[in-house]
Amino acid sequence: MTRLALWIAVPLGLIAIIAVLLALFGLPVAESMELIFQGAFGDKFGIHRTIVKSTPLVLVALGLVIAWRAGVFNIGGEGQLITGSICGATLFQLAPNLPGPLLNLLILASCALGGSLFAGIAAWMYAKRGVNVVLSTILLNFVALSLLSFVVRGPLQEPTRSIPQTATLPNEVMFMRLDAQSDLHAGVFVALFACTIVWIWLSFAPSGFKLRLVGSNPNAARSARINPTRVQARALLLSGALCGLAGGVEFVGVSGYLSDGFSPGWGFLAIPVALIGGLHPIGVLPAGLYFGALVAGSKNLEAFGKGSSALVFAMQGVGVLAFAALYEWARRRRERVQPT
Amino acid sequence: MGAQAQGEGATNMTEAIGIVAAMLSLGTPLVIAGTGEAVLERTGVLNIGIEGMMLAGAFAGFFVCHATGNPWFGIGAAVGTGILLAMVSSILVLGYAVDQVVVGTGINLFSLGATGSLFVAQFGETGRLVSVQTVPKVGGVWALNPLMLIAVCLVLGAWFILKKTNWGLAARATGESPEATSAAGFSPIRIRTQAFLFAGATAGLAGSYLSLAQTNSFAENMTAGRGFVVIAAVTFGRWMPVGASFACLFIALAYGMQFFSKAKDLPVPYQLFDALPYMLALAVLWGVGGGSAAPAKLGIPYRRNQE
Repeated sequence: MTRLALWIAVPLGLIAIIAVLLALFGLPVAESMELIFQGAFGDKFGIHRTIVKSTPLVLVALGLVIAWRAGVFNIGGEGQLITGSICGATLFQLAPNLPGPLLNLLILASCALGGSLFAGIAAWMYAKRGVNVVLSTILLNFVALSLLSFVVRGPLQEPTRSIPQTATLPNEVMFMRLDAQSDLHAGVFVALFACTIVWIWLSFAPSGFKLRLVGSNPNAARSARINPTRVQARALLLSGALCGLAGGVEFVGVSGYLSDGFSPGWGFLAIPVALIGGLHPIGVLPAGLYFGALVAGSKNLEAFGKGSSALVFAMQGVGVLAFAALYEWARRRRERVQPT
Repeated sequence: MGAQAQGEGATNMTEAIGIVAAMLSLGTPLVIAGTGEAVLERTGVLNIGIEGMMLAGAFAGFFVCHATGNPWFGIGAAVGTGILLAMVSSILVLGYAVDQVVVGTGINLFSLGATGSLFVAQFGETGRLVSVQTVPKVGGVWALNPLMLIAVCLVLGAWFILKKTNWGLAARATGESPEATSAAGFSPIRIRTQAFLFAGATAGLAGSYLSLAQTNSFAENMTAGRGFVVIAAVTFGRWMPVGASFACLFIALAYGMQFFSKAKDLPVPYQLFDALPYMLALAVLWGVGGGSAAPAKLGIPYRRNQE
């Protein structure tokens, strides 16, 4: 009963939030919503755009799910995504002449490694000194942004040194385009594949079980001779790897180069995706698709309506607050119905 | 030759005054927000949403000042906005026991989006420079302003209330053991709510300092992580208003270095100085570690009817 109510309430609530916020900011509600819908699902290009925007959201959210299920709040998806991409771009700078598909794989791998290492700073501070992961990962985001700003003007700047961006990847290194006219690229399968693997791992593998145990009851884990801190630090590394991979997929899938505006805040936008997806590896797929559609649609609204794409952040903020309260309410109801 | 040395000495003197003045000017918003955060964390609530509250305060202050032409109305609006967001947060965090990090993140995203889109809706485009009247400056080279006096009063007031009053004792006890506070006849929820509203008010005030004293305009995401830096500073200051203030001023020096480095044309990439406050905050967190001085129940929800 409660579960069914959630399945109905979540999509309706998400649409209601869009409408309320549009009205609150004095925009014509029906007209703006139509523009958002047109931009996200109106035609083939809209649908492709939605999928392309969902891909990094899903991957980062998946990374956050792993960390959060282990009880460590990784808010540093943005920083891990950026440093991961910087590592990918560095690899291309060092070995630009490798065969295309191999280089593609190596770039993705180094992106994941870079993200993981960057998350490793927070993991290390947590394991060694008990530093709050929320704070360290947030602060590291800003360090990563400065680092990106430095490398695109310094060591990784494109050969002519006229624009602050890295060298553009040649086509054979980029992901295969699934449609000649749009940005839709093969990276979407990486996201789907990753979700499936993580879901199987978390649900069925012993180490996945340990991770969930540590997250839900660290004391029980301790009495089962599991070291919670170690499991959490590893979860953080894995989380960073997925965030870095998200950057890599965006790098070899869409842009082909890095610049200051490489990430429009995927790492922050993915936080609501993970939460509204119920911190579930498969749940992030519909949640990612919804917010991907919102990002794609708000671009249309910005172009043809009066709104700004910053509105997405506001909608997400309200979404997070509303759904956190809703889930808490549902949890209490369940507990009341089945007293344990 | 003597005159030259004297001239050099005077330049150094001016520079030193400049650095201290920059530290005070850049540190004041951190000190103001840090005072509220220290009091709130003492009661056991970690307010990640401080960043969003500051940003909303910066916009509200700017917007009302632009509409009325009086910066003091703007500051009032900023304080009100901070309190409003703190009210929403406290209902979710204290009433519904929703995770504090989740609520804070929600507040931050909302403020970022709402201020960004309201700015575009009112002034046409992102990045447009709209100047407003600022609070009056006094003290010549020291560039003091009345908000600094308010900051000092806030810090001393918070210290007095935390250490010398019954409410302060109950507040500190709530951070260690809300059950004990409850047994002593105080309501932990009420105490945390009061502290939350105070923290919201200070965060809003700190935000308006950014748009009405430090600069004279609003820019998208102009807080740029200052709220998070404040949380780190509160940790460094051992959750005490006075200690947190000194930690804030210390980190403000790193912000001051940004301007200094750009003026001096140092052979170091300027991005290093951009990242300096955050790296300093990280170093500070590493230095103090998790620590036993932290309120025992920091970040842990309290449910009234816990059996």
